[in-house]
Amino acid sequence: MAWRISHLRALEAESIHIFREVAAEFQRPVMLYSVGKDSSVMLRLAQKAFYPAPIPFSLLHVDTTYKFREMIEFRDQQAASLSLKLIVHSNTKALDAGANPFRLGTERCCGLLKTQALLDALRAGGFDAAFGGARRDEEKSRAKERIFSFRDSFGQWDPKNQRPELWNLFSSRLNPGESIRVFPLSNWTEMDVWQYIHLEDIPIVPLYYAKERTMLVRGNSLTLPELDFIPPGPQQTVRCRMRSLGCSPCTGAIRSDADTVPKIIAELVAVRNSERENRVIDHDREGSMEMKKREGYF
Amino acid sequence: MIAPPEQLSKDEQFDIEAFLAGELSKDLLRLATAGSVDDGKSTLIGRLLHDARGAYEDQLKSVRRADGVIDFALLTDGLRAEREQGITIDVAYRYFATPKRKFILADTPGHVQYTRNMATGASTADLAIILVDATRGLTDQSRRHASIAALLGIRHFVIAVNKMDLIKVKQDVFHDVFEHFKPFLDSLGVVEPYFLPMSALLGDNVVERSANMPWFAGAPLLEHLESIEVEKPISAAFRMPVQRAVRPDQTFRGYAGQIASGVIRPGDEILALPSGRKSRVTRIVTYDGDLEIAHAPLSVTLTLEDEIDIGRGDMLAAGVEPQTARSIEATVVWFDGTPLDPSKEYLLKHTTQTIRARVANDTELKMNDIGAVRIALAQPLFFDPYKSNRTTGSFILIDRETNATAAAGMIK
Repeated sequence: MAWRISHLRALEAESIHIFREVAAEFQRPVMLYSVGKDSSVMLRLAQKAFYPAPIPFSLLHVDTTYKFREMIEFRDQQAASLSLKLIVHSNTKALDAGANPFRLGTERCCGLLKTQALLDALRAGGFDAAFGGARRDEEKSRAKERIFSFRDSFGQWDPKNQRPELWNLFSSRLNPGESIRVFPLSNWTEMDVWQYIHLEDIPIVPLYYAKERTMLVRGNSLTLPELDFIPPGPQQTVRCRMRSLGCSPCTGAIRSDADTVPKIIAELVAVRNSERENRVIDHDREGSMEMKKREGYF
Repeated sequence: MIAPPEQLSKDEQFDIEAFLAGELSKDLLRLATAGSVDDGKSTLIGRLLHDARGAYEDQLKSVRRADGVIDFALLTDGLRAEREQGITIDVAYRYFATPKRKFILADTPGHVQYTRNMATGASTADLAIILVDATRGLTDQSRRHASIAALLGIRHFVIAVNKMDLIKVKQDVFHDVFEHFKPFLDSLGVVEPYFLPMSALLGDNVVERSANMPWFAGAPLLEHLESIEVEKPISAAFRMPVQRAVRPDQTFRGYAGQIASGVIRPGDEILALPSGRKSRVTRIVTYDGDLEIAHAPLSVTLTLEDEIDIGRGDMLAAGVEPQTARSIEATVVWFDGTPLDPSKEYLLKHTTQTIRARVANDTELKMNDIGAVRIALAQPLFFDPYKSNRTTGSFILIDRETNATAAAGMIK
């Protein structure tokens, strides 16, 4: 008898349990849908959690308007194919005032277009629980974050005063205005996510696959020049792909031949750098992720 | 441990199917480490992550000191306050894998004032690594760590006697720790603890066998972790706390939950609690199709032969019936800064139900204390002793005024 289950099935069972707990204990849950591979995996797990019933919550995309075009196409197509309500929220005030990473620096730009926009969107929707695709293996402050991560009425995370989380018992008690962020993929690694995408044949944004793209090349950094405010520079056709997806000016590509999921996994086996290495925002300052999260970043 | 990059030349066809087949045969081992920075815990974890490739090069770069030496503690202590103060405050979870297994490691602080964090990390672990500093020998702290791990139901122990590189008469010190610790572990009910002499700093007996301690014939730590057989809660009676009733339309009525223990097949008789009604399982429904058999820890949806009123907080059970009581005896670890107040009403969260509760015996418990309590409940509770079932035997107490998780409890 196959009593042993693989680590992926164990992780899947745990994530499904988390989705169901939230749907049962909160009034207005929402899924933060960032369009990346982790969001794709979350969507599949949510389908599994509620089957044969439909997913009982909406998707929320905090759109900086600087995301890759292919992400937006993929997002709309996914929401439509699963018949899910998609809420798109942007900080239009900041955008109208000309917010972009070159004018404001990445820290302030993220603060306005991601953190502030997210907090506004959650408040506007009256959401008391928001699923996010963050994983503990991504970054060291995330390694300490709870699966049910409590936020005060300002959306702030207090890392020194987190609710203890034992067994699979999650405390969901909130006062009005407070909320939680829920991370069903907490215990997944990047490798687990890719293997699951392969195993389950989960659709992902084509930007993850290598192909010839015309890129801005500055030293080791490869940027897709989709936006007109990106300073011009030398362009080259490079065979490359995105290892993680964010805003196009701040997300670099890596040189790669991996044009299928198995090839991406093979690349991952060989690679020695973490996926967030090409994300400018994590490196702004020592402990910058923790600081952003304290302020409400997801 | 995962095929190193130098083995994969660019032209060589990476056999992804073979690789994935190997990956999917891996199971998951959850472990917890207890110890303070002084015991070399961070060094040990850093070395496991480094040598088993759980840490990436750019993360290592950010913690490499000017002289090129990796400060492993900086790799693991994730919060700014921890890096500033040089101590571990909270539980951190680490991930690494070998070709045989995937590991989730709960890295817990060892100081007395963080007992609650250690209990948290231990609550989901199958195995505990207790670090003993060879230069200091067995301490009260070692005994306390072992007691908490055993209390939280961990059955497998590794006693890692670390810093052996600093000891001259190595064998004597190692045997001394064994002689003194073994009887204590026996009294906790720990079966076959694995004593291991180690130097995390030099990597002796962590991933590689030590050339410096030829007198020790046992496996190094990682090999032991890869090969140890951990009992899963499958032989126990079937228990599934119901998370939600699933009713997408008039034709379907199912009960969703994660199997806490045991095995279930269509046709099996089950008991629904608290109604006490019996029925038979008709289908085990999943997104991937119906199953012929399901077992812990799978998340499934069951349909039953009879229409019974079942909802969240109920339990489906088979085999030996769970116990039912309005009053339970339990051991609790107090978490909250506000001490236990027997005059106060708490909320007891157990599986998928939340019940009003009061501590009925006169006892004083403050933060990080462990004690025996009798709890009176507003409704009957369906449970198993924690020793036989970690899911149906555990609970948390929530302070109704502050919503703080006041305590964690294990039912006797």
